[in-house]
Amino acid sequence: MSEAQRTPFVESLLEAAAQAQLPGSGIGWLDAARRENLEAFAAAGLPDTRMEAWKYTALRALGQRRFEPGDAQAATRAVDDATYALPGVDGPALVFVNGVFRADLSRIDSLPAGLSLLPLSHALNGDAEPLRFALSRHYREGGDAFARLNAALAGDGVVLRVAAGAKVAQAVHLVMIGAAAESDLAWHVRHIVELGEDAELSLVEHHVASGEQQHLGTQVADVVLRKGAQLRHVTLQNSSAGGTLVRHNSVQLDEDAQASLYVLELGGALVRHDLHATLAGDRARMETRGVFVLNGRQHVDTQMALRHQALNTASDSIWRGVADQRSRGVFRGAIVVAPGADGSDASLSSKNLLLSGQAEIDTKPELEIYADEVKAAHGATVGQLDERSLFYLRSRGIPLTEARAILTAAFCRAVFESLDNDALREHLDQQLMAHLPSA
Amino acid sequence: MLKIENLHARVEGKDILKGLTLTVNPGEVHAIMGPNGAGKSTLGNVLSGRDGYEVTEGSVTFNGVDLLALEPEERAAAGVFLAFQYPVEIPGVNNTYFLRAALNAQRKQRGEKELDSMQFLKLVREKLKIMQISDELLHRAVNEGFSGGEKKRNEIFQMAVLEPKLAILDETDSGLDIDALKQVAQGVNALRSTERGFLVITHYQRLLDYIEPDFVHVLADGRIVESGDKTLALKLEEHGYAWVADKDPALTGASA
Repeated sequence: MSEAQRTPFVESLLEAAAQAQLPGSGIGWLDAARRENLEAFAAAGLPDTRMEAWKYTALRALGQRRFEPGDAQAATRAVDDATYALPGVDGPALVFVNGVFRADLSRIDSLPAGLSLLPLSHALNGDAEPLRFALSRHYREGGDAFARLNAALAGDGVVLRVAAGAKVAQAVHLVMIGAAAESDLAWHVRHIVELGEDAELSLVEHHVASGEQQHLGTQVADVVLRKGAQLRHVTLQNSSAGGTLVRHNSVQLDEDAQASLYVLELGGALVRHDLHATLAGDRARMETRGVFVLNGRQHVDTQMALRHQALNTASDSIWRGVADQRSRGVFRGAIVVAPGADGSDASLSSKNLLLSGQAEIDTKPELEIYADEVKAAHGATVGQLDERSLFYLRSRGIPLTEARAILTAAFCRAVFESLDNDALREHLDQQLMAHLPSA
Repeated sequence: MLKIENLHARVEGKDILKGLTLTVNPGEVHAIMGPNGAGKSTLGNVLSGRDGYEVTEGSVTFNGVDLLALEPEERAAAGVFLAFQYPVEIPGVNNTYFLRAALNAQRKQRGEKELDSMQFLKLVREKLKIMQISDELLHRAVNEGFSGGEKKRNEIFQMAVLEPKLAILDETDSGLDIDALKQVAQGVNALRSTERGFLVITHYQRLLDYIEPDFVHVLADGRIVESGDKTLALKLEEHGYAWVADKDPALTGASA
């Protein structure tokens, strides 16, 4: 793309980059990585729908928008802590407002033994060398525009490490707040998480809004689970109704590692979540559970790619989507069982519910198997509420709107059953119910 | 209480009910018998307001109100209850939660105070004396994994809790063995009262051995062709539905 063709979106972000004073600048390898990713972003711009991974998510309108560089007042904006309080989550917390770490809102003193938790901006001021591998990545796929942007512009995020053998009992709360500002902002966070051998961690990733705004947020997270480590990762995405949020999360599981991911997508106008997991070690196990509930003109696109790369690995994925009014949900679940990953077991279910004639859901399970003795099952459906069930409820006196809400909640609820934090699970249930039409 | 006059109804463009007239007063038990295809289930569905049934002629009033103008939930709140021939399984919705939501929705529509969970549990315990179902089934999802007998007992239990003015039992005996049939009938009999009317729709006479009707009507080709007391059911059992057809020349040649 020549400069003449640059969209307002690309232009505004290049201006942002020119002005940015990022933590860690002056570190040679980091400067180089930021510059190269920025150049790749400038050259390719945003992907279009001819690209398979973006087939159902058009970015033309976003391309015409401009975003101000970082929020100069992010460090002082008032945020009510009720905005992000979560039942069952009262351990260490790291809070970012418009992408900027807020020590005053965070809780990182007296960390449990074995847990190290630092904002990236601080980590880069110390010895940055351990972050070199994660932060010098080059995103080479044309569809990785937002990851490139993030690599070029992210100045904060979390660096979280759990020492080998350490079992962190309290859930760590990671809060990204989009706060209303004088103009539309672009903010970026970059997370790096590593669980040492046999370490255990519960992580809650939480996207919320403080006041209505139409910011663009990008997040890139790399999570590594060493041998035997166990992670429970819950994401509650409740960002601003007008916001754009793009997350790119990668998880690597070594031998005998186990990860359980729970994702509840409720907020945002345009939301994209790329979830890439690699079952890299023998007997690694992964469970993913996700629900999206959409209304208005929301557009939420989840692209999950799981790669079984070692012997006897297992993945089990259950996703449910509900779309009302003129909203659109997209789910792609691609599972690859690589050569040599014999004895793998992969199952994927994507069931979806359309509550309105104008809503749309596109779901696409893909399974590629190149190994032997593999057990694999996948299924995807898009349908409407069962008329017989609706009539049964109504015949007992339950009004139509309430009957629809009850059946829709029931459709989603079973997904989070295996989440063993009762208070948090109930909260997710309530949030889900509150988001359903006329519940 | 229930006045059906000259009711005509069609399903998918096909006329099923062709001029049905029937009155049910409080305290009365009416049995509707008839061969397959006579319109028995259509009658239950039209009365409870299921979609897809078009009333082309006639009227149904319930305590003076035009029943056909009401939504299904309004009919329920007015006191009409349909025990389904095939109760629906609803995964993810707890049986007790469902029943409380139903009862409170009805009470709300009637302008009565809703029951809190303590009051509701007390009511459930009381009603379990009328129709026994296990604690386990109470806490499972509605009808999910229930046996045929358990589903029908759950219907009667719901009836006990919701206390309708008019109960329509749509082939409640279908698929039940004799023990289950007796249990269900006992539950129904315990709910008989001078204020409550019953419309018992059945193909077979045997249910009426246990739920003794005040009136028996034979439905054939969309109309009531014969009415009588309970002895009519016995005659039918003896002679089969052909006997009724023989008595009514208009029906000769009509498909059963």
